[in-house]
Amino acid sequence: MYFGLSEEQQSLEDNIKKYLEDNASLDSIKEVAGGDSAKSADIHKGLLELGISGLMVPEEYGGLELDMLFASVVSGALGSGTAPVPYAGAYVMAPIALTLAGSDSQKENWLPKIAGGEVVIGIGLSEYVGAREDAAITASGNTISGRCLFVMDGKDANAYILANKAGELYLVDAKAKGISLTELVTVDKTRPSIELNLDNVEAELLPGSESNQEVINKVLDAGRLMLAADSIGASQIMLDKAVAYSLERKQFGRVIGSFQAVKHMCAEMAAELEPCHSMIWHAAHCYDHDPSQARLMACHTKAHVSEVGQQISKTATEVHGGMGFTDELGLHYWFKRIGLNRQLLGSPELVREEAARIQNFDQSPAGGQSKKEVGNPLLV
Amino acid sequence: MDLEYGPEYNDFREEVRSFVKANEGVNLLGKSLRSSERVEWQQKLIDNGYFARSTPKEYGGFGGDIDILKSRIIAEEFAKSPIPKPLGGQGIQMLVPTLLELGTEEQKQAYVKPTLRGEIIWCQGYSEPNSGSDLASLQTKGELDGDEWVINGQKIWTSTAKFAQMCFCLVRTEPDAPKHQGISYLLIPMDTPGIEIRPIMQMTGDADFNEVFFTDVRIPATNIVGERGEGWKVANATLTHERGSLADPDVMMNRLYALIDLMKSETIDGERVIDKPAFRDRLLRVQGKVLAQQANALRLLSSSINKGQDTTMARFITKLIGTELRHELEGLAIDAMGEMGTLYEDSPHLRDSGSWQMSYMYFLGLIIGGGTNQIQKNIISERALGMPKEPKIPGA
Repeated sequence: MYFGLSEEQQSLEDNIKKYLEDNASLDSIKEVAGGDSAKSADIHKGLLELGISGLMVPEEYGGLELDMLFASVVSGALGSGTAPVPYAGAYVMAPIALTLAGSDSQKENWLPKIAGGEVVIGIGLSEYVGAREDAAITASGNTISGRCLFVMDGKDANAYILANKAGELYLVDAKAKGISLTELVTVDKTRPSIELNLDNVEAELLPGSESNQEVINKVLDAGRLMLAADSIGASQIMLDKAVAYSLERKQFGRVIGSFQAVKHMCAEMAAELEPCHSMIWHAAHCYDHDPSQARLMACHTKAHVSEVGQQISKTATEVHGGMGFTDELGLHYWFKRIGLNRQLLGSPELVREEAARIQNFDQSPAGGQSKKEVGNPLLV
Repeated sequence: MDLEYGPEYNDFREEVRSFVKANEGVNLLGKSLRSSERVEWQQKLIDNGYFARSTPKEYGGFGGDIDILKSRIIAEEFAKSPIPKPLGGQGIQMLVPTLLELGTEEQKQAYVKPTLRGEIIWCQGYSEPNSGSDLASLQTKGELDGDEWVINGQKIWTSTAKFAQMCFCLVRTEPDAPKHQGISYLLIPMDTPGIEIRPIMQMTGDADFNEVFFTDVRIPATNIVGERGEGWKVANATLTHERGSLADPDVMMNRLYALIDLMKSETIDGERVIDKPAFRDRLLRVQGKVLAQQANALRLLSSSINKGQDTTMARFITKLIGTELRHELEGLAIDAMGEMGTLYEDSPHLRDSGSWQMSYMYFLGLIIGGGTNQIQKNIISERALGMPKEPKIPGA
């Protein structure tokens, strides 16, 4: 029995963190946020060399065919460095969707290119999870029409995989006629968001997703785990920065980290965050090895981490005092990243409702679970 | 990542299961502590290796190797059955490991076996009215008079004092030494003249704790564990043990299942509470927290059998998070019942024997006890995050 990361997983995480420390400093992130797309392309290129695009692609299509724990470890490392690159949509959800539901020719067309870092595929599931402004796509023959909001990794993408309300997935070439793209400006400047408007655009159904929600659920679970992992990585950095700052900053003749008020804020953050590391590992493990728990764990991890991340991004900023509010210190890049992750693929309330449905809370009568009385814990 | 225990453990699990099944008829309800039936049952568990598994045979244990997964399997299988559980308590959880590590041969011979068999019940004499969170400031005095310690002072929050035969007690024996170096760890028979016990009625309506007064209590000079002035070190060898045991994630999971059942059976205007979105969302939030704690516990289990996993932080947070979460969980059940949730003792319409109110209050006690959660936050920030201690006030 071993619960934790393997040496390979640990070293992959370390490599990506190291790369980001060396090549994506806060100054670089500020340049990217200011619109320097060459800078983000450089960082992207370096991460591709470390293999981030091929993790989920089967070996027969030139990928590494690793498991969800590897993917989570990478996502956490990207979150800790606020990496301004595509990942959860393009390199995790897209290859999973294609592998599970693509036709042979779709797989042959796209998977090797994903593994090789030649293409980025944006993922549009927002309308399946919970449509805003009544956005939706509908298919008619071999075309789709409608609107997709918050397509993940959709900027500069070569193709999109988009879901209709039934959870069927359509593959669309980005150069197809009838697509118009609107850039959405969110608080998070490290990962662009886009809106697609589609007017009779040629599209291919991923055949395995037809009348089969298992595919989209698997894609959705993976995406939620990636967002949770990203937030855990970002939260850990915010906590680390808060502790480090509190040991430098002096007021009333002592470092502020010696005041109990500040110490307790940091202890509370640590106490909430530490179990999240274990939770994402457990959820990622269930994704591959325990189908009965996989969906429930993915939902709960996304929702719980979103709550913890929100608390930490607030508290860590407070520990920094006025400096926490400044662009100079740049803490807000992590704050905003955690803020976007919280909403993508379902806010905590929506995801918890899904967790309730998964457990059939709406139907099953009481008495289904084991039940025991608790005695006096000091005496038992 | 590998959550399987392995084939050899499957065999062991089968063995435990058949023992549990064969003994399902054993019922010790109503049998008092130290009764022959309870002692016999304890001995049977020891003989089969289901209790005191790694304690050496010469001190009354089973004499097996330390195998955390086997201990875990025993706990899991016993938890699923109504058969009587192995005895717990501070004597077994805290005193026995302390004696095995730091006691003299005579002390081990005298106390370990009868404690394991349930023939000696212990109480812990640590806290004092003016020494709670600042335990090392304790003032109960011990003076050597010939070959006897003479003890004067007062302890508080002493659970099980009413039925204990022995007390492991922290006493100031070196008044001139710095506070942490002036304490000794003494073993006091509770029937010694000069000991008076007064129960403390608590908010749950029970009296699980006591005040214990010592007036010229004389015990043999040899009843000391470790050297004079080493009592703080001796006590700290086992305090960490207590903190982990106050928030068992398996028990938490069972309580969560019970809460889910409750919310399915309670109704408001004919609608199940679990079907009301506001209640349901609170339930799901608690469930997410419980799952996070369960994962944390898996990590701790793993680190106890695999070398090189750093779980300092994961260990330090369990008491803080676990007790707060149980309190929240029990409180949600009360809200789910509304007015019915305030029923207590033997009221008509009482649900689940009043266990939700009882645990809700009890866990507030545990948030305070075992090192208050504010002290836990100090420990987390100082020992796990590396933040500085509060500046000392001269003379304190």
